[in-house]
Amino acid sequence: MHSFGYRANALLTFAVTILALMCAMASISDNLNHPTPTSQVQVLNINWFQKQPNGNDEVSMTMNISADLQSLFTWNTKQVFVFLAAEYGTPKNSLNQISLWDGIIPTKEHAKFWIHTSNKYRFIDQGSNLRGKEFNLTLHWHVMPKTGKMFADKIVMSGYRLPQEYR
Amino acid sequence: MDWIGETVDSIKSLQIRQVLTQAVSLGMIVTSALIIWKALMCVTGSESPVVVVLSGSMEPGFKRGDILFLHMSKEPIRAGEIVVFNVDGREIPIVHRVIKVHEREDTGEVDVLTKGDNNYGDDRLLYAHGQLWLQRHHIMGRAVGFLPYVGWVTIIMTEKPIIKYILIGALGLLVITSKD
Repeated sequence: MHSFGYRANALLTFAVTILALMCAMASISDNLNHPTPTSQVQVLNINWFQKQPNGNDEVSMTMNISADLQSLFTWNTKQVFVFLAAEYGTPKNSLNQISLWDGIIPTKEHAKFWIHTSNKYRFIDQGSNLRGKEFNLTLHWHVMPKTGKMFADKIVMSGYRLPQEYR
Repeated sequence: MDWIGETVDSIKSLQIRQVLTQAVSLGMIVTSALIIWKALMCVTGSESPVVVVLSGSMEPGFKRGDILFLHMSKEPIRAGEIVVFNVDGREIPIVHRVIKVHEREDTGEVDVLTKGDNNYGDDRLLYAHGQLWLQRHHIMGRAVGFLPYVGWVTIIMTEKPIIKYILIGALGLLVITSKD
């Protein structure tokens, strides 16, 4: 009963149990954080706006994105993945989500940022519905923990509109 | 050397009744592991509730050897979610993030485009030839939870099978020789 093997086994089991408990507690403690992030996006310019030969509308724009996501960071946060998506409905699709820009925030110090950028991924519609289209810009974030459950939320900013004519 | 002698002695002194008990308890361990796995499949709705990250394409979020817990609910797929998908003609499922979603008005079907956080371009190069979008049936689940490093055990075992056999052998010997 008191051989080396038994003791090693008991010790290992105990250590793993404690480790698992601590991981679970770290993950649960994330629920105590009530973040209050803020964000603002301005569309500065429509660089170009055209219909592709295959009939899909494509637009390129320049934006100012500013956000303060510092309150998302807790001691169990490894990084925050943040992205800005254009969201709109068309007669064919009830929802279109197109990521325009994304970034990884590694630390709390970098979580308050301001960026001037054109869209990193192509803004292409499925079809030709973008002229005069009203759309939302939504800032989404996914909090990746050091261990445990992942969190996600968003801020919807509405009232953006594309031009009536191609340019 | 005593230890080996004792082991040999205990193997010699095996009784048929004892052997049967050992076999049953070993069977219990194996079946309970299977039961837990199948129960997880039912609860999460995903055909593989736990996956190990094999590539660095989602770094620095997920590293090689991390474990992801998957969930497959009826809820629609949305941009930003990390999904695990199978591409026709590829054996190993891929864990990447959704960057574009187009959901049909009438049928509710989705067209999804994915990208690895650490990759420069989107995943169209990884998809089957000529495939532009992923559909619902390609997606095995979405990642909901995360546990670092634990997956190294399986990576080491698949890449160095000898270690697996040594481990199984040692465990087997332990079960046979244990007398409680």
